[in-house]
Amino acid sequence: MRRETVHAWLLLTPALALLVAFTHWPAVATLWDSLSSTPRGARPAHWVGLANFAALMDDPVFFQALWNNFIYAIATIPVSVVLALAMALAVNRAIPGRAALRMAFFLPTMLPMIAIANIWLFFYTPDYGLLDQVLGALGFGRHNWLGDPALALPSLIAVAVWKEAGFFMIFYLAALQSLPPVLREAGALEGASDWYYLRRVTLPLLMPTTLFVLVNAVVNAFRLVDHVVVMTHGGPDNATNLLLYYIYETGFRFMDTATAAALTVVLLVILGALAGFQFGVLGRRVYYR
Amino acid sequence: MKTNWVLTAASWLLGFLWVMPLLYALWAAIHPSEYATHLSLLAPWTGHNFAVAWAAAPFPRYLLNTFILVTLVLVAQFVLCTPAAYAFARMRFPGREVVFAIVLLQLMVMPDVLLVANYTSLAHLGLVDSILGIALPYLGSAFGIFLLRQTFRQVPQELDDAARLEGSGLLAIIWRVYVPLARPTYVAYGLVSVSYHWNNFLWPLIVTNSVSTRPLTVGLSVFASTDQGVDWSVISAATLMTSAPLLLAFLLFQRQFVQSFMRAGIR
Repeated sequence: MRRETVHAWLLLTPALALLVAFTHWPAVATLWDSLSSTPRGARPAHWVGLANFAALMDDPVFFQALWNNFIYAIATIPVSVVLALAMALAVNRAIPGRAALRMAFFLPTMLPMIAIANIWLFFYTPDYGLLDQVLGALGFGRHNWLGDPALALPSLIAVAVWKEAGFFMIFYLAALQSLPPVLREAGALEGASDWYYLRRVTLPLLMPTTLFVLVNAVVNAFRLVDHVVVMTHGGPDNATNLLLYYIYETGFRFMDTATAAALTVVLLVILGALAGFQFGVLGRRVYYR
Repeated sequence: MKTNWVLTAASWLLGFLWVMPLLYALWAAIHPSEYATHLSLLAPWTGHNFAVAWAAAPFPRYLLNTFILVTLVLVAQFVLCTPAAYAFARMRFPGREVVFAIVLLQLMVMPDVLLVANYTSLAHLGLVDSILGIALPYLGSAFGIFLLRQTFRQVPQELDDAARLEGSGLLAIIWRVYVPLARPTYVAYGLVSVSYHWNNFLWPLIVTNSVSTRPLTVGLSVFASTDQGVDWSVISAATLMTSAPLLLAFLLFQRQFVQSFMRAGIR
């Protein structure tokens, strides 16, 4: 073997070994576990084929979690991305108190999701929480924001949007500031209105940023369930059960590792499909610059 | 201009809505409990809630655990990812592209998702309920390797060649040529890594079950969920207290933080 090859592998091996041990190996192990039974006491795991997946097909909670996660993603992603763009446009202009405003938008991003969950738990408290107090003053009645199956998921969505919009704003802000000012001047010379300029020049030029932000938002929609753990435990009646939370519950509360593995495989397939989409749409240019 | 005033007012309204939950928590934390849900200009200020929270749970220990955790992760990530990034950026060997693609898979399938299998591995290693156990899945970081590789590729090849002519070994070249030139990337990656692991919750929740290993996030959730008689003032104080070091760091290094996230994100 060439010397350079040997050296390259020596440099790579420590990082690669850990990476494979805690990402690729567990992914393969999960696939294997999903095809085996849960070991119980003296009975070790044995091959059961697709039985775990067949059991999932009969599990209404699984479908509920899948559906909830879909609703959660489909609501959180566009709202936080559009808000992020609006925030970036707002603080990109010469506006009084720009620094304070930018900080107001960005602060929630710096907080742990668990701290955010505590703050919002208080905010959502029926009757006494600020939200119900304000709505009460305006003549609306009390709401059990996290206890009502119809309101619980939207309430969690609002928390996620609150945390994420400021984070995505940063990327839009960076992109806006890298746009050549000549374009704006040319637009002004042509008599383009602000709205026309935004729609026909700014937004198309922000497309790569939008794609990047979208991919991040999608991954986060499946990865971050800290607020579910703290605020609702997936309830009421599984109304806020998301896929990763259900995996956590199945694997560590019910100790059913085989079902948890099958659920994880479903999540991996979803993430894999999204990765394929990312490579397909964003192309090699973005990754292999 | 009229439209600009409307836009400015709308921006401020949104900004106000955005800080309101935080201000509400701050209000509850610095006033006596009876004012937590009762906004009044006459409410007296107090540090009592912070004192109660600080005394009610081993927060100093949690803080120390989090500090050890983020330091361990950060140092190990730097040490492990730097040589790997150099190999991908500047060395030629068969299978480089394939191995790099395998590494990049982790950007999409993060250890956060593989809870059960990783917990099993940790149990085999006897590292359950240890700070090293929390850190281990994150040490080989595809994100870090990717970010450093991009930076290393922009270092002029001539500097590398010159150091080689002077007889420097591989590690010396990396240490003396590449690492100093990539300092902004290290700062950016460091800030992203520290804030990620300071805030991480679900995995540490699963791995830890004792005071001596719990990071702040898990400690806070244990504190808030055990019966505190739902004293929101104390919980708010504890919540702000656990986020304070990171928030303070953010306020001090605001510019670097924002630039780091931009640098880390635009790829």
